[in-house]
Amino acid sequence: MSARPELRAPPEIFYDEGEARKYTSSSRIIEIQAKLSDRALELLALPDDGIPRLLLDIGCGSGLSGETLSESGHHWIGLDISQAMLNVAVEREVEGDLLLGDMGQGLALRPGVIDGAISISAVQWLCNADKSSHNPRLRLKAFFGSLYRCLSRDAKAVLQVYPENLDQRQLILTSAMRAGFAGGVVVDYPHSSKSRKEYLVLTCGPPSLSASSVPNGIGEDGGSSDEDVSDDEETQVISAGDRQRPRKRQKLNWKVRGREWILNKKEQMRRKGNVVPADTKYTGRKRKARF
Amino acid sequence: MKLLTHNMLSSNIKGVTAGYPLLIEPQIITTTEVPINPNFLRHIFPKLDYSALVAAAKTLGFSDLPETAGVSDLEDEGFLKRFNHALLELKLEAGALVCPESGRRFMVSKGIPNMLLHEDEV
Repeated sequence: MSARPELRAPPEIFYDEGEARKYTSSSRIIEIQAKLSDRALELLALPDDGIPRLLLDIGCGSGLSGETLSESGHHWIGLDISQAMLNVAVEREVEGDLLLGDMGQGLALRPGVIDGAISISAVQWLCNADKSSHNPRLRLKAFFGSLYRCLSRDAKAVLQVYPENLDQRQLILTSAMRAGFAGGVVVDYPHSSKSRKEYLVLTCGPPSLSASSVPNGIGEDGGSSDEDVSDDEETQVISAGDRQRPRKRQKLNWKVRGREWILNKKEQMRRKGNVVPADTKYTGRKRKARF
Repeated sequence: MKLLTHNMLSSNIKGVTAGYPLLIEPQIITTTEVPINPNFLRHIFPKLDYSALVAAAKTLGFSDLPETAGVSDLEDEGFLKRFNHALLELKLEAGALVCPESGRRFMVSKGIPNMLLHEDEV
């Protein structure tokens, strides 16, 4: 099996005319892309009110994923770095508007205008430095920062990614969190190396504490599980960061604290007739924390 | 490229603060027919910069849009028709988009604007 596409050439060179032709002729590729796009749109969970939305397709390539959006009645803007792939999209007369651009340079869109974003198999390209001027961290920062800005409140972004390893996965996730996104990773078919697919589901509003904001992944039996993640690990939902760290619970109750309170209590007990040690300078003294 | 997209595009060259709206230098303009969807038009109207849309439509040769419009206009069928035409039916096939602050030109060919920045602009 040859090396990952990301390690063979930069995307604008890898996706040349020959590669782009596959996206018109290979039914297998078309089928896979359609399935991924359907799932991403499903995870986007747009309101079912019949109002078309303005969506973003990041790394739209030949427009296959965009067609899924058009079929659901939405308008979309697609961004891709490969002219060859965009030419295929023009040939296929896709309904969305296409932009030739590099997502690592930032999305050149006004704040708060996009109702949702999807990306199929594209964002992991940012993790590789294809030019000496590239710094993956800065490119991820530019991408996620501009994505966060251009999305409207309550909008979501669903990014299907192929991270090479755990480090890349972490890198992508932390870059997203730093930009202000909340959300998690949905993994479909986690145990099948062939079918396994990861979707980063990011939300723009304040982080919701309930896990229901991030849907469950699909297990091997093809059905989705509604129960909590069990040890069986059919589905995996990894929730990433509330930006607030969990606060340490302080078991201090201010009403029952302090030397005065102790002295009062001892007096009460003495009146009752209990045997109570004498009050000395040691009563209610501050102890060392480890005590 | 439809004017819907143009209305959302901004120049993100390093150091540029007033990069919106991009000025249009049209060379080839086409028109398609798009059925009117009042739901979408009403949904997208508050997100648009309406004056930028009017100015852009004028450079593409369409001056029938009123200079200002409010939410009440969205109930008027005549306005919806012209609004739909300007937003979704007019297309820039070839030409250039110009950053209003730096003058940098982004070429448009086959309806696709080239928004790739040079290394010193990032």
